[in-house]
Order: sequence, then C-alpha cells, then structure tokens
Amino acid sequence: MFIPRMAATGLCLAALSSISHAADEAAAASPPSREAATSASAFNPAISLILNGTYANLSRDPALYRLQGFIPSGGEVGPGKRGFQLGESELSLSAAIDPTFSGHLTASITPDNTVSVEEALFERQGLFNGATLKAGRFLSSIGYLNSQHAHAWDFVDAPLAYQAFFGGPLKTDGLQLRWLAPTERFIELGAELGSGSTFPGSDTGRNGAGVAALMAHLGDDIGDSASWRAGVSWLHHRATNRLYTDSDAAGTEVTNSFSGKSNTWVLDGIYKWSPGGNGTSQNLKIQGEYFRRNEDGTLSFDTQSQVAGPIADGYRSTQSGWYLQAVYQFMPMWRVGARYDRLSSGSPSIGQLGSSVLTAADFPILQSYQPSRSTVMLDCSLSEFSRLRLQVAADRSNPDGTDRQLFVQYIMSLGAHGAHAF
Amino acid sequence: MTPTFKHLLIAALAGLSLQAQAALNVVACEPEWASLAKELGGDKLNVSSATTALQDPHRIEARPSLIARVRNADLLVCTGMELEVGWLPVLVQQSGNTKLASGSPNLFEAGRYITPIEVPTRLDRGDGDVHAAGNPHIQQDPRNIALVAKALAARLAQIDPANAAFYQDRQTAFATRWTEAMQKWEQKAAPLKGVAIVAHHKNMGYLENWLGMREVATLEPKPGVEPSAGHLSELNTQLARQPAKMVVRAAYQDPRASQWLAEHAHIPAVALPFTVGGNDKATDLFGLFDSSVALLLEAAK
Repeated sequence: MFIPRMAATGLCLAALSSISHAADEAAAASPPSREAATSASAFNPAISLILNGTYANLSRDPALYRLQGFIPSGGEVGPGKRGFQLGESELSLSAAIDPTFSGHLTASITPDNTVSVEEALFERQGLFNGATLKAGRFLSSIGYLNSQHAHAWDFVDAPLAYQAFFGGPLKTDGLQLRWLAPTERFIELGAELGSGSTFPGSDTGRNGAGVAALMAHLGDDIGDSASWRAGVSWLHHRATNRLYTDSDAAGTEVTNSFSGKSNTWVLDGIYKWSPGGNGTSQNLKIQGEYFRRNEDGTLSFDTQSQVAGPIADGYRSTQSGWYLQAVYQFMPMWRVGARYDRLSSGSPSIGQLGSSVLTAADFPILQSYQPSRSTVMLDCSLSEFSRLRLQVAADRSNPDGTDRQLFVQYIMSLGAHGAHAF
Repeated sequence: MTPTFKHLLIAALAGLSLQAQAALNVVACEPEWASLAKELGGDKLNVSSATTALQDPHRIEARPSLIARVRNADLLVCTGMELEVGWLPVLVQQSGNTKLASGSPNLFEAGRYITPIEVPTRLDRGDGDVHAAGNPHIQQDPRNIALVAKALAARLAQIDPANAAFYQDRQTAFATRWTEAMQKWEQKAAPLKGVAIVAHHKNMGYLENWLGMREVATLEPKPGVEPSAGHLSELNTQLARQPAKMVVRAAYQDPRASQWLAEHAHIPAVALPFTVGGNDKATDLFGLFDSSVALLLEAAK
C-alpha cells in the first residue's frame, strides 16, 4: 500500500514544481496578463505541505505514561517519544471540483512510514443560503481547538482533555451540516452524523450512525480591538465492545470492554485582542474549553478469560476536564504562552464492585485521580510560514510522579498560502 | 424553541428582509473600496468595510463578526491579487453565502481592472511575501481609482439592474470630479518628481509611479519580513552615499523602524494615510489624496 501512496505523493510534488514553472514562464512573458491564472487555480489543486519535528526531554519514561482514572482511548495520548523525533508531515490538496462542489484531502505521513488520512472530504457551500454540507472524513466542529490542524496549535501537544476524551482531535467519518443565521451577530448551528468508530465510540457493526453531534457557536466583536466566540457542543456515541487493557488485582494483564452510551458536552470560548485590530506587532489570545462525559452501559471484565472472567455488569461514570490558555505576541515574531490542564476522573460505579468477586484493585486504571499539567511556551515565527517553539511542562497525569517535559519544535509550511480560521 | 429565541429569530429575519428591500449589502475588504462604493451607490447601498486603515490588510483575523457580515452580503468589493488570501477565502467558505461562488459577479476584484506593477518574474517564498499577480496596493494611484470606479459602477448596474441608471449617473459625476481633483494633485505634486524616498514595505509602488518618485530602499529586507537592526544600519550607511528625502510608511505600520532611520539619517519620517481613515483628513477618497500629497510636499521641503 505504501509504495503507491508514496508515488502519489511524488506526483503531487512534481505537480507543485510544474505549477511554479508554468507561473514563472507566464510571468517572464510579460506584459502581465490580468487574467493570469494564479498558481493555486491553474486547474490544479492548491497543494501545501507541513513539516514538523520535535526534540523531547522527558523525566519519566513515556512508555509508562497514562491518564489515571480514564479508560485508555487508544489514540494520541502522552508526550510522544524521547529525543529527536520527526512529527507527522501533512500533505494537503484542495480544489473546486465543479461549480457545485469543492474537495480537500489532508494525508499525514507518520515518522514510522505509514500514511493516514487526516481529512478527505467534499463540501457544498451554499446548499441553501448560509448552509454548508460536508461529507467524508473531517475534523469535527465540536469545541474550538478540534477543527484546527495540529500545525495551527499554540502548544506542541493537545490539551489533556482532548487526549482523555477523544484520544486527540475527534475525526468524524460521515456528514456535517452547518448553518449560519442571517443575523448581524455570528450565530452558527451545526449537526454531524458519523460512524463513531473511534474513541469514545467503537465499530458498532450496525447500519445506523455511531455518533451524532450538535453544536452552536456565537461570536462578535468588542470594539475594533477585540473579538470573541463561544459555543456549546453535544455528542452522543454508541460503543459496542470497546476494548481496553488493564490488569487485575494480582497484576495479570486482562482485556476489558465497555458497551453502552457515551454522552459528551463541550463548552468552548475564545477571546482575541490586538491594538486597533492590528495584530502584526502585538496580540493576545485567551481560550478555554470544558468537557463533561457520562457513560452508561455494561463493563465486561476479562473478556479473554485470562483470570476469572468474563464477568459483565453495569457501569456508569461521570468525568470532566478543562484547560485554559493564553498566548501573547509581545513583539513581531515572538509569542509567549501558558496553559493549565485539569481532569477529574470521578469514581465509576461498577455493578460487581463490593461483591466478593471483584474489587476496585481489579480496575487499577479506573482508580480515581485528578490529572493536571502546567505548560509554558515561547515561539518565534520568522515569517508566517515558519515557527520554532520551546515548551516546558510539568505533567502530573498519574500518581507515579511529575513528568518534567521539555520540547523544541519546528513547524514549516510549504506551498499554497493557507488561510486560517478564527 | 424557547419563546425568546423565537422572537429573536423572527425579529432578525424581519430586520433582514427590510434591509434587503432598502439597499444592497456591500462588504468592502478595504476602506478605499467602501468609500468608492458610497460615492457610486449613495443610499442605494448599505456599505461596510471589513478592515480599517489601521489594520494590515495582509493580516486580518477571519473573525465571527466578519463571517456574519459576508453571510449577509450581496456584493463583496475586494482588491484581489492575493492581498486577502490569508483571510477572505475562510470568510467566504464559512459564510455559506450562495451568491459568492467562485467567479460569481457578486465578488468584485478591483485588481482585475488596473495594470499591475512589480509582477514577479519568479515565485519563490525565499523572496519574501511576493504576490503572483503583482503589487496589490493599487489604491495609491488615483488613476487606478478611476478605472476601478468605472468597473464597479458597471458591476453594480449588473447585479442591481433596477438602479443601473442611478449608478451610471453617479459614476459620470464622480469621474468628472475625480479628473479635476487629479489635475489639481498632479500640479501641486510637481516638485515631488524624481524625489528619492525609502519605503517601509513594498506598498508605495503605485504612488511612486504616479508622482514620479524614486524608491531607493525599503525598511523590510524582503517584502513581509520585519526590519532588522542589521538591515536598518546598512540602510543608514547606504543613505549616506545615496541620500533620500524621506522615509515613508502606511498608517498601519509600526513607526519604530522608520523613526529610527529618520533620526539617524536626519530625514523626515512620513506616515501616509494609505487608505480612507488613515488620518483625520482622509475621510473620503478625495481627502486621502489631499492629505497624502500635502504630507509628501511638506516632507520634501
């Protein structure tokens, strides 16, 4: 699979260079044509490539990293590897398909030489006035940070709440409909339906949707200098036999599974300020999100019968988490930022607990804890296409001790000029 | 649906339909086009500008308020030429506005109606922030304003045929006043011919072309790259050999670099309004050029 994909990547890069050559020739053959096709619209997709990498110095072994009290999502959790590390290289292509549709693909080439589809979607703008329909795989529009690509984040890693609740940003395979109200104030309503096959859902094997999400966002300016957006999102996932690994009281590794309903609420808010709305020299950005999840269903202990199982009984949990961060550009090119993360695992109610069969010690990962993390960062962007970042964090995700983390990161953008959402 | 929300929605919809009857909603990307639309459309248009003269038109946040405005726009009047490439596509895409499909007449790009300057012969990000279609700061030459006015009046007539004659009459009247004003500015600005200047950013080209001024250097080492201390002191040395009369910047640009050079090279630093609203006198397009010519003459004395 990999070789054809690489070949496709090679083709894309070749296409990119031929576009710029064509543009060179067109420009060299002045006088300038007013109808000259721009490089992004010469019947070829706009192509952009993100390169990134990190150096990480971690005081604790990242292989032992866990968010205590939270069922492992199997997603992108933890600080990554120690030492030098190539990040995911993101290759994006986008273009109008015809006068009705436009399409977009973001493929991510991982450092271990696999390719994954981050986003692959088509969009119908103006389905009716103010409405946009999207279908394919896309970053869900829940919350604030979720719909942003990793290269646009203000810190090296995702907030702990995203890691715990979705295993990184939530991607949906399905449909999205957004509608912007015809009001002076920004009021956007959205709905998504999808397979819900990733955490907290699972492959359900059913014909219906595994996830349904609703979201509403409101936003406006405060004078010339400030603007804000706030929103609320609700997601309903169905999980069928969602597996995770834990150990029993004796320390034997067991596989457990959850089947049931998972409802998540997300509140998000962002405030941006710059003097007179001119953010070139100075600007400030404050953002925060709050997550709350209820899960109700059945937990099966030891589905592989490695010890006493399988034993199935009712499971209910309420978990929450939030982060708050501020990023300040104090002079051209330089920004500082601080972030605080906190999660609250709560104690799940498990039917068999307290009986003679199972004790809390048989579910060590679910032992109640309040993981937290404090992070500061400094970054420098010589242009809008390059960024170098230094980040230091104290991560208290589990009771084993504080992980002192230091990251140095680069993020480089090549190709089409990306436009960034608010 | 709660009663309050219902009321709000009804009020909003009612408000919108009233507005739609009253006037076309025009959203200009830059203040100069808002001002021009007002000249041509009068009370037939409801005009607003997405940016102010104190903001860098390259770097605008795709704010929720702007998305809402573009959602309700009947016509977008922008420069194009990739000036708004970092934010306008997001606004249009997120607005879901059915009128603004690519290539639609409701999306007016002023840059298509002028002859661009500084079209790069090669496109390479190593050269800094270059625009493939040429220098997009076209509003600095009043001859471009005249060309765009003609095209914009025709576009207004196309999308609002009921008022076509009205727009055409206003355009004719505007063209007459504009031609007179241009003659006056050109006469006044005669002493500026051949004057050497330093510009902060590569955004003064059209103005220099019009008035015959010579740009000997820019404070930015490459377009869009912040002036560095090293580059500024090199410039200072260069100016000792090859003097310039003044250092010119747009109102939205950080004054520190040009003030430093002004002090060290003993030349005046001039903040031009650059667009409508850039200073107290630039209240409309006429004021913009009155003020720009006056400031340049003052500095060249």
